[in-house]
Amino acid sequence: MALLQLERISAQYPGAPAPVLADISLDLGPQQLLVALGPSGSGKTSLLNLIAGFVAPSAGRISLDGVPVKGPSAERGVVFQDDALLPWQDVLANVGFGLELAGVPKTQREARAREMLALVDLAGFDHRRIWQLSGGQKQRVGLARALAADPRVLLMDEPFGALDAFTREQMQELLLQVWRRTAKPVFLITHDIEEAVFLATDLILLAPNPGQIVERLRLDFGQRYAAGESARAIKSDPRFIETREHVLGKVFSQRQVSP
Amino acid sequence: MSSYELPVTTTEPAAQTPIPVRRSLSTRWISLLTLTTLLIAWWAVTATGVIEPLFLPPPAAVLQKGWLLATSGYMDSTLWQHLAASLSRIGLGLGFAVLTAVPVGIAIGANRIARGIFDPLIEFYRPIPPLAYLPLIVIWCGIGELSKVLLIYLAIFAPIAIATATGVRTVDPAKLRAAQSLGATRAQLIRHVILPSALPDILTGVRIGLGVGWSTLVAAELIAATSGLGFMVQSAAQFLVTDVVVLGILVIALIAFALEMGLRALQRKLVPWHGQAH
Repeated sequence: MALLQLERISAQYPGAPAPVLADISLDLGPQQLLVALGPSGSGKTSLLNLIAGFVAPSAGRISLDGVPVKGPSAERGVVFQDDALLPWQDVLANVGFGLELAGVPKTQREARAREMLALVDLAGFDHRRIWQLSGGQKQRVGLARALAADPRVLLMDEPFGALDAFTREQMQELLLQVWRRTAKPVFLITHDIEEAVFLATDLILLAPNPGQIVERLRLDFGQRYAAGESARAIKSDPRFIETREHVLGKVFSQRQVSP
Repeated sequence: MSSYELPVTTTEPAAQTPIPVRRSLSTRWISLLTLTTLLIAWWAVTATGVIEPLFLPPPAAVLQKGWLLATSGYMDSTLWQHLAASLSRIGLGLGFAVLTAVPVGIAIGANRIARGIFDPLIEFYRPIPPLAYLPLIVIWCGIGELSKVLLIYLAIFAPIAIATATGVRTVDPAKLRAAQSLGATRAQLIRHVILPSALPDILTGVRIGLGVGWSTLVAAELIAATSGLGFMVQSAAQFLVTDVVVLGILVIALIAFALEMGLRALQRKLVPWHGQAH
């Protein structure tokens, strides 16, 4: 049973000659980690913005639990590429921000925020200032903040795109652990092929002009990691490499057809 | 983690440190040296009689007069009373300006209609030197305290409103979207995201406003007042009491300096994230 449903979504910015997204349909269910992979210009950020409710589609229907999506809401938590944390508050207050907006009493929201910080391996960082954190730590705070508000689905906008390769690797593993423990459905966009193949239970490949889905894959590498296999063993598995090369080939064949 | 540490070649710390240490000291020392040189030059030209005390009294005489002014007073009021008169005027003007200019600035920055209403009004009166419309204010509000506070208020209002509007317009859109996706209402966005984001700009506006306000106030007191530092300087000048004039100017300069430093300290305390990469 799909939780989040997109039915024949198209999007066009006012004044633009061509749509950025055309005829996108997809479902996101309870146990899924759906990754949208695509080169720049394939409309993956627009797709996330549509689901988050920051922009409205020009055609089609988006619904969560059968209710049409209208504007942003706490049901759809977002983790941004650029952390978008509030530097005038400490780490604990940032994580509890969503609960503060909802009017949850201070002691209650701080307890919940501490729980979320422990979940992302940042226990004890309560009173650090945002500008004292590294890039990876900021993304973890962003993740904890989105989870603290207990959203129905978690949307992630190239969350590890600005991190160095080593930190990115660690963050991918952390995300899989968090995903398994919280059982939140995740929709993540990225342009990193290896990241997409490693994380996704369901992968959609987007091609530009206009943004459309050209491939759908069901994968299990993330589940194998969750079951205890090491990340390096999975990423050097011939089947992983084969899948990665298949997706890569698909991206380039799309590139050649498009003008 | 540490098993693959790269070999680090250790260099002698003494070979690199002297340059930054010398540089961090020098700027302050140069400033101090400049001030001392000025003071010595002042003392020298007065002690040798090159300049008559009528035109420039010696430092010691000014200091002595300062003590006399602080204890017994000049023109029916002590130095403290003149100072208090000036400070209370600027304090009132600033207080009202902050209370009104910040909401107006937020409205200009966040709302198209408010921008249409307030922008031309502020841009019309802002370039006019406040002393140019002081006569009109005196005609409307009389010669009392109200007209001076109103003048200061108007001088401070524009810079704060404009700086606030700029701060609101440059709020990071990602922060707004983050708050919206956490369920923020429009009022919560203003209170929790827009206002704190704009705070560094607001404080810069207050700093600029206070600078303009202080010079306007002193100039207004030179023209129309019966108390205040400007009045003290002006009335002393009419009787050629040069030491009071020099003392008054020094106190005015000191207050301006203290206001600027106080606001910079406030800025560091209230917006420690400003200028940090985050």
